[in-house]
Amino acid sequence: MDFSSYIVPVLLSGTALYALVKQVDVYDALISGAGEGLGTLARILPSLVALLSAVYMLRASGAMELLASLLAPVMTRLGIPPETVPLLLIRPISGSGALAVGSELITQHGPDSYIGRVAAVMLGSTETTFYTIAVYFGAAGIRRTRYTIPAALTADLAGFFFASLTVRLFFGG
Amino acid sequence: MAMAWVWTLMAVFSVVCGAASGRMPAVAEAALEGAAAAVELCVALAGSLCLWMGLMELLERCGLAGKLAHLLRPLLRQLLPRAAQEEETLSALSANMSANLLGLGNAATPMGIRAARRMAASCGGTASDELCRLVVLNTASIQLLPTTVASVRAACGSAAPFDILGAVWTSSLLSVTAGLLAARLLQAIWRH
Repeated sequence: MDFSSYIVPVLLSGTALYALVKQVDVYDALISGAGEGLGTLARILPSLVALLSAVYMLRASGAMELLASLLAPVMTRLGIPPETVPLLLIRPISGSGALAVGSELITQHGPDSYIGRVAAVMLGSTETTFYTIAVYFGAAGIRRTRYTIPAALTADLAGFFFASLTVRLFFGG
Repeated sequence: MAMAWVWTLMAVFSVVCGAASGRMPAVAEAALEGAAAAVELCVALAGSLCLWMGLMELLERCGLAGKLAHLLRPLLRQLLPRAAQEEETLSALSANMSANLLGLGNAATPMGIRAARRMAASCGGTASDELCRLVVLNTASIQLLPTTVASVRAACGSAAPFDILGAVWTSSLLSVTAGLLAARLLQAIWRH
């Protein structure tokens, strides 16, 4: 019995109950949010098509293995599985690209495998760093970003490292 | 523009590697397979993603998201003391953080931008230490429920899509800490 199987049902029913007590139209909120979800999907679908097509080409050509084997010595020393190298490279640049590469890893190795879990944790614990920096500083009119990029990339690298470490600790690997 | 380079590089690199390894027929097939897989992935994701967005909308309407924002204020006073002195900036900051925690990217960004604009008003085009810290906080994702990833895992037939929760929390907390520590160290050496 895994406690995590309680999360979804309890969260759904608990929030609904609380909202009902607060006299919020629960059903209307749910369906209007779900409608927004469709919009999100429609926005990411075109980039997923472009990116997964490139990712599949890379994999079929043997480029992925080449890249992984080139960086494997460094990665294994850090305890990061070399298979995730393509994910590390695209993660800071493109959110849908990372989703494409990550989903590919999860499908290929299985969602409950070590690599599948590491890819999922990496996706869940890092962000599209360059995009975020561009949006925030662009909107705020900042031209000299000083040490923001190195600091943010340190956080990303730490995220990748700890994703591999925590999955190994929590699930054995 | 960055993505134009990334995509072109990916395509050219696979053609070069495919030619070198003699796997061009597979590469040709893979291009179309990938495009089809993207649509399949979106269809498989659609149900759970929409359900999660529905729940998030509910969390916002019933005021739980606002409660979370309120809980975050003391932490933000510690992290960004100067910005937190202004009430309006602080409320934008706490709304930004709580939307991030709930995985509401669409709601988080406008709030964060509003806070960043106010904080940037007095620094003349150069990022202040607190602005750097705000952006680091936003580039390190801290999500209570990584719903998109869980949806992907569910779509691939995971036995318990949320069993990675502990690992996600631990590693994102450690990664934010690493980012803030790096910012703190660099702050000392990086002059304006």
